[in-house]
Amino acid sequence: MKKVFEMEDLDCANCAAKMEEAIRKIDGVTYVSISFMAQRMTLEAEDAVFDKVAKAAAKACKKVDSDCRVILK
Amino acid sequence: MMKRKQKRSFFEILVAMALFAVCAVADAMRVLPDAMPWRLLAYLVPYGWIGWRVVWKAIRNMVHGQIFDENFLMTLATVGALVTGEYPEAVFVMLFYRVGELFEQMAVGKSRDSIAALMKIRPDVAHVEVIDGLRDVSPEEVSVGDILVIRTGERIPLDGVIVEGESSLDTVALTGESLPRDVTVGDSVVSGCVNRQGLLRVRVTCLYADSTVSRILKLVEESGEQKSKSEHFITKFARYYTPAVVLAAVLVAVLPPLLLGMGNGALWREWIMRAMTFLVISCPCALVISVPLSFFGGIGGAARRGILIKGSSYMEALASCHTVVFDKTGTLTKGTFAVTEVIPAMGFERDTVLRMAAAAEVYSTHPLAVAFRESVEEKGYLPEAEQVEELAGYGVRVRLDGKTVCVGNQRLMAEAVADWTEDRLCHRAGSTVYVSVDGSYAGCVVLADQLKDDARQALEALKRCGVRRTVMLTGDGEVVAREVADALGLDEWHAGLLPDQKVEHVKRLLIDTGEKGTLVYVGDGINDAPVLAMSDVGVAMGVMGSEAAMEAADMVLMDDGLLKLSEAVRLCRRTLAIVRQNIVLALAVKLAVMVLGVLGLANLWLAVFADVGVAVLAILNAMRTLK
Repeated sequence: MKKVFEMEDLDCANCAAKMEEAIRKIDGVTYVSISFMAQRMTLEAEDAVFDKVAKAAAKACKKVDSDCRVILK
Repeated sequence: MMKRKQKRSFFEILVAMALFAVCAVADAMRVLPDAMPWRLLAYLVPYGWIGWRVVWKAIRNMVHGQIFDENFLMTLATVGALVTGEYPEAVFVMLFYRVGELFEQMAVGKSRDSIAALMKIRPDVAHVEVIDGLRDVSPEEVSVGDILVIRTGERIPLDGVIVEGESSLDTVALTGESLPRDVTVGDSVVSGCVNRQGLLRVRVTCLYADSTVSRILKLVEESGEQKSKSEHFITKFARYYTPAVVLAAVLVAVLPPLLLGMGNGALWREWIMRAMTFLVISCPCALVISVPLSFFGGIGGAARRGILIKGSSYMEALASCHTVVFDKTGTLTKGTFAVTEVIPAMGFERDTVLRMAAAAEVYSTHPLAVAFRESVEEKGYLPEAEQVEELAGYGVRVRLDGKTVCVGNQRLMAEAVADWTEDRLCHRAGSTVYVSVDGSYAGCVVLADQLKDDARQALEALKRCGVRRTVMLTGDGEVVAREVADALGLDEWHAGLLPDQKVEHVKRLLIDTGEKGTLVYVGDGINDAPVLAMSDVGVAMGVMGSEAAMEAADMVLMDDGLLKLSEAVRLCRRTLAIVRQNIVLALAVKLAVMVLGVLGLANLWLAVFADVGVAVLAILNAMRTLK
């Protein structure tokens, strides 16, 4: 499953790159791309674990930049 | 417009500047006692005021294991300055760091906004006809088959077909083309166009999610996903850059004092100060931000001209295009037939032949009939045909002004004309229709697909852009293909191709092109999905509204103009040039600061000034792509 999430307060382009890096290491993630300009994250993961992966991804983003929030919907 | 957060930063910066000024003046006037804690405490006021967010974030992120976080580096550099007694420097660095950050956010926000503005084609509301009048609903709620009312000056919210009214539509937001398009009942209209005059009633043909507007918006929004090589390079570079600079800072701080004299406090202090300049410039953000910002601006600027590019990687590929492969029908040519030539036989007038052919063909269901109608329409009068007989596989036989007129192919002529010989056959490019009157041959009319008006010009423009090879692949016959290729001066052409043969040719051309550049395929998006997907950049053109083509292509030209192609190449080149300028500029400045820092020629003031300055320059430069 592939889904696009909006991100709030993603203020630094380098952080976006670091977040991508961190998310790529999460188990079950098959593809991730964060667009700093559009403030969105495109995440692809196996269906069965998608929600879990999405949560982990949001957490990973928070870890890189504590101000940034992924809007999980 | 500044957002709330930015306003807050702005306020904090102003106050910090005032506090800093007070401290500096007091310091200069020697009001502050020189005794250790007083100066420090005085400067800690503006430092704490402007820096606490950075320090706090550094601590929080450090807890999460982010060591080379920019907040941390700034904190380290300024704390280092405080420890070594350079109080004003510490405040200044923090202050300037915040100024740079604010500027960065404003620039990014502005370019986001300007793209949103040029993409302001998203309709807010649709007026749907219901039994007792009109109801305003959001476009998402409209169903297929609903009747919409669009008033003068309003944007068409969903794709549909006009059922009542006529107007001229402003398509500039979609195509960049400022010439309005006239539409009337039965014409399909595309969402995003503006109704310039009159009231239109439109029957909706697809849901909002499938309409042109939302497809364009989606495409532009998702364009950030396909990252370019430059972006990958810069993020990878940033990964090593920061740790490397920090390591260098440590070495600069520790090695020289160790080698030159362990116990010398002044020496330690001197080299730690020099190391601090490294920390100040170790943040790669300016570099990292300017690259996607440039591409984002480039994609937005192109979109405004009716050129939709699906990602910065394609921008890069297009900028280095070497071979351009064209489909013929609908791409180089208009895809509609028109009368190109009338060859009357001895004793017949050109006009008479055309008129007879047209009068007869009007009753034909043949696609050529339209071309006939158009060619005669300008001249008005058309004789009334009687006793129309359609002869399948041959043509038409009618009575015109008391004479028997046959219009059709050579087989019909062989039957209708007593003295028909093969040497009367016409070998012009296109389709030929022969005419006979009362058993004698009257002449023939040649109809052909026409070159697009700007085709020649567009190909010349491409060559001027540095495209080395232009190729045409077509399913049409050799005669037609040769004529088109000669007229346009194409380097290579192949005719009579089946779809899988087109694939073979593109494969071969891809290998040929190899390292020399990229291969761009231009088609109308009909039946060439495999080739579009295979080429480095697949371009679909004139697809305002065609879903399949927009899906398969990497770049979409909203209208039929071929000149957009060279314009796109130029745009991509310009964007890439700006990206390169930024990378080189930022790296050069940082390197210069490092060298000067080691030599003791650059202090913290200069370092932070250069760092923020280069970020500002890079961002301003990146924003040029929007133009």
